[in-house]
Amino acid sequence: MSRLAGLFAELAQKNRKALIPFVTAGDPNPEFTVPLMHAMVGAGVDIIELGVPFSDPMADGPVIQRASERALAHHQSLRTTLAIAKEFRKTNGHTPIVIMGYLNPVEIMGYEKFADAVQAAGVDGVLTVDLPPEEAEECAELLKARDVDPIFLLAPNSTPERVRIMDAIGSGYIYYVSLKGVTGAGHLNSAEVETKLAEIRANTKLPLAVGFGVKDAETAKIIGNLGDGVVVGSALIKEIEANLHNPAQAKTAIIELLTSMRQAMDN
Amino acid sequence: MTEKYNKPDARGHFGVYGGIFVAETLMPAITELNTAYQHYMKDAEFIAELDKDMQHYVGRPSPLYHAERWTKELGGAQIYLKREDLNHTGSHKINNTVGQALLAKRMGKTRIIAETGAGQHGVATATVAARLGLECVIYMGAVDVARQSLNVYRMKLLGATVVAVESGSKTLKDALNEALRDWVTNIDDTFYIIGTVAGPHPYPAMVRDFQAILGREAKAQCLTQAGKLPNALVACVGGGSNAMGLFYPFIDDADVKLIGVEAAGDGIETGRHSAPLCAGRPGVLHGNRTYLMSDDDGEIIETHSISAGLDYPGVGPEHAWLKDSGRAQYVNITDDEALGGFYALTRMEGIIPALESSHAMAYVMKLAPTMKSDEIIIVNLSGRGDKDMQTMAKREGIEL
Repeated sequence: MSRLAGLFAELAQKNRKALIPFVTAGDPNPEFTVPLMHAMVGAGVDIIELGVPFSDPMADGPVIQRASERALAHHQSLRTTLAIAKEFRKTNGHTPIVIMGYLNPVEIMGYEKFADAVQAAGVDGVLTVDLPPEEAEECAELLKARDVDPIFLLAPNSTPERVRIMDAIGSGYIYYVSLKGVTGAGHLNSAEVETKLAEIRANTKLPLAVGFGVKDAETAKIIGNLGDGVVVGSALIKEIEANLHNPAQAKTAIIELLTSMRQAMDN
Repeated sequence: MTEKYNKPDARGHFGVYGGIFVAETLMPAITELNTAYQHYMKDAEFIAELDKDMQHYVGRPSPLYHAERWTKELGGAQIYLKREDLNHTGSHKINNTVGQALLAKRMGKTRIIAETGAGQHGVATATVAARLGLECVIYMGAVDVARQSLNVYRMKLLGATVVAVESGSKTLKDALNEALRDWVTNIDDTFYIIGTVAGPHPYPAMVRDFQAILGREAKAQCLTQAGKLPNALVACVGGGSNAMGLFYPFIDDADVKLIGVEAAGDGIETGRHSAPLCAGRPGVLHGNRTYLMSDDDGEIIETHSISAGLDYPGVGPEHAWLKDSGRAQYVNITDDEALGGFYALTRMEGIIPALESSHAMAYVMKLAPTMKSDEIIIVNLSGRGDKDMQTMAKREGIEL
């Protein structure tokens, strides 16, 4: 059983929802990320999504774009992201790590080398934003053979047919994007999310992590009541951006926000 | 070739290239577009409306002009220019925007978006949007907005909103990123008119099909005027739509050489260029697998060319396939060589070409003298140089 499958089974027993922070690896500097990851675990997060910096993040809003640009300015890449994961694993053997990025760095590295490197780094899941299931077969098989879960996105406008496709090829969990648009956009409509999640559950037994539009304890609680996990990204990165000259302050603010989310979700 | 050329496959593959590499949020829109495109390309009424617009609005057919003085000067093959510069709005771009806008109308979309580099595609899009009364938003890199101010003004005159994109390298690729973000956010009412033979399927095939009219015309015109097929076709390649439009109807004519000309900028060896087919490697960007300019980490490299329209790190996937299969060959021309082509055509034939097309002209100057006088080159004069007057005057130290 993969670390992600084990985690969701354990959470289901405890009737607890996964809190899943997303941060871009190496933002605002390469030394910031590993200590932040450990601190986030201390604040009660269950899975960590690490964004791989990419020059052309087409599906991301301005906040995550700028995070990528800051990391790239420090020459961060897929390789350094995996190094960050590996470093974290030295002292944490239980918290699943999912890397989330775009396909070109993977293509340039080569699928097999990538799958080996991901496994060696102790990464548990891979979400490649611009790799839909139709094109993903080869990469997904290589990952699964190494106990790494290929994770796919579903959107508000995804058809039941597409849910079945994701169910067949994906594992670990499904990332449900609760809003049309890019990351960091818009307002959440919880009734719509509820209806859609019920529709999706009719076609898959995979856990559903819900993201896009989670910005505070209140929205985290609402989403926690609907899905199996809550993804929060832009709201955390905004704290980094607001404290560029004081990364320690950014870390404190991120931990405070996650702590408040954890409490709201558990009560 | 024994089998008739029939690429791409149903999922948009040209060999290993092409395909659909987009975020899940875009998949329903891509599927909807593909269904509409497959349907209307076989719909007699749609085709009739398209043909009528091509004739009366665009001004087709464009002439195939025998450049006799330039031919004599170069002392080799007979040179024929496919005069896409004479189209409404001044380039081949309008062939595609008229087609996609008609499709948008049939699909009930009320809002048009597009990316643009030099501004030619933006102008061609704003033009058809004005004509059909559709809201129009054009994304353009902030760097390009500054260097193509004339076209920015044209787009605004036509009623479009021009958004200067400040992210990344602030050029065409970033404009494309931003247009994709807009599309994913406004998917219900918005049609994205991509300007070149790149992007997720069906764009590469669809844009090629709308542009192929220029190749079909050139073929018929050459047979009428010269009594035989040409020996070589030459066209500049940025994304590659004018080249694909010219090449496509000739792919099964194995004796016709297909030559694409990429922008070598300051020279391939300097790294400051826009020549992914000549000096890049396969990867995935903007929805398709193709040759790209990317570094060892897979990050996209900033490109350089004197012509904003060629300043793009990728290229249409069908060109990638034509390169690997050996059916087409790809060469490159530096900024300085392109300027030579620009001045030559202007002085020898009284035709001022766009800087993009000037790359093709510069290659003709190398190629023609190596060929016999009973051989024929058709070169695509994809656009006129009016938009480049400021750039050229500035290079010459003249203030307009």
